[in-house]
Amino acid sequence: MNEIISLLFIVIGAMFDLFGCVGLVRMPDIYNRLQASTKCVTLGTCSILFGVFIKYGFTAAGVKALLCIIFLLLTAPVTAHALARGAHKSGVKLWEKSVCDKYSETGS
Amino acid sequence: MMRSRTVTFIICFLMWMLLSFRLDWQHLAVGLIVALLAALAMGEMFTDSAFKWFEPKRYLWFFVYIFVFTWECFKANIDVAFRVLSPDLPINPGIVKVKTILKTETALTFLANFITLTPGTLSVDIDRGEGELYIHWINVRTQDVEEASRIIVAKFERILKEVFE
Repeated sequence: MNEIISLLFIVIGAMFDLFGCVGLVRMPDIYNRLQASTKCVTLGTCSILFGVFIKYGFTAAGVKALLCIIFLLLTAPVTAHALARGAHKSGVKLWEKSVCDKYSETGS
Repeated sequence: MMRSRTVTFIICFLMWMLLSFRLDWQHLAVGLIVALLAALAMGEMFTDSAFKWFEPKRYLWFFVYIFVFTWECFKANIDVAFRVLSPDLPINPGIVKVKTILKTETALTFLANFITLTPGTLSVDIDRGEGELYIHWINVRTQDVEEASRIIVAKFERILKEVFE
C-alpha cells in the first residue's frame, strides 16, 4: 500500500516537472517563464521527495527528503524573485501584449 | 544578542541531528562544535527578537499557514498546468503594485515567497519603507492598487501577522 501511494506521489511530481518544462518552452517572456517553471518545478520536486519520504518513513533517507522539501520551499521562490528583479533592472522588456507595468513607472 | 545566538544554536543543532540521523558520540560532538561556531559567527543576524520563538501561539498559526500554503500551492500548479497545456495560451500578464500591512523582514520574506508560489503571481520587488510589493500577475484582473491588494495579499496577511509580528 505504502509503495503504491509513494509511487503515485512520484508520478504526479514527475508530471508537474514536465509541465514546468513545457511552460518554459511555450511562454513568451522571462517573467511568464519564471511563473511556470518556479511553481510547477517546486511542487513537482516536493511531491517526488514526499513520495520518497512515504516509501522510507522516518529513516535517514526519509528525513533527509523532508528537510530537502523545507529547503526547496524556502529557496526556490527567492531564486525566482532574484531572477525577475535582476531581469527587470537590466532592462528586459515584458511581452508586448502585457497589460501594465507599474514597476517601471516608479523610475527605479 | 545572547538569545538570538541560543536560538541559532538550537536550530543548527536540530538540523544537524536530523541530517545525520544517527545517535553516537562522534556525530553529536561534531554537531555541537559546528553549531556552536555557526551560532557565534552568524547568530546576531538570525533573529531580531528571540522571544518570538518561545510563544506557542505562533506555532499554531504556522500550522494553519502550512495547510493554507499547501492548498494554494496545489491550486497554483493546476492553474499553471492548465495555462501551459491549452493550445491558445490564455495569459494576460502585467506587473501590478500592491500594499501590505506587514513590517518585519521575516514576514515580508514569507509573504513574497507565498505570493510566488500561489496562483498566477510572482513577486518582483519589495519596497519595505512604503510597504509595497511589485507583483508579476499572469492574468491581470485589476490594475487598481487597493483591489489588487485585496485579491492577492489580504488572505495571507492575517495569518503571517499572527506568526511573525
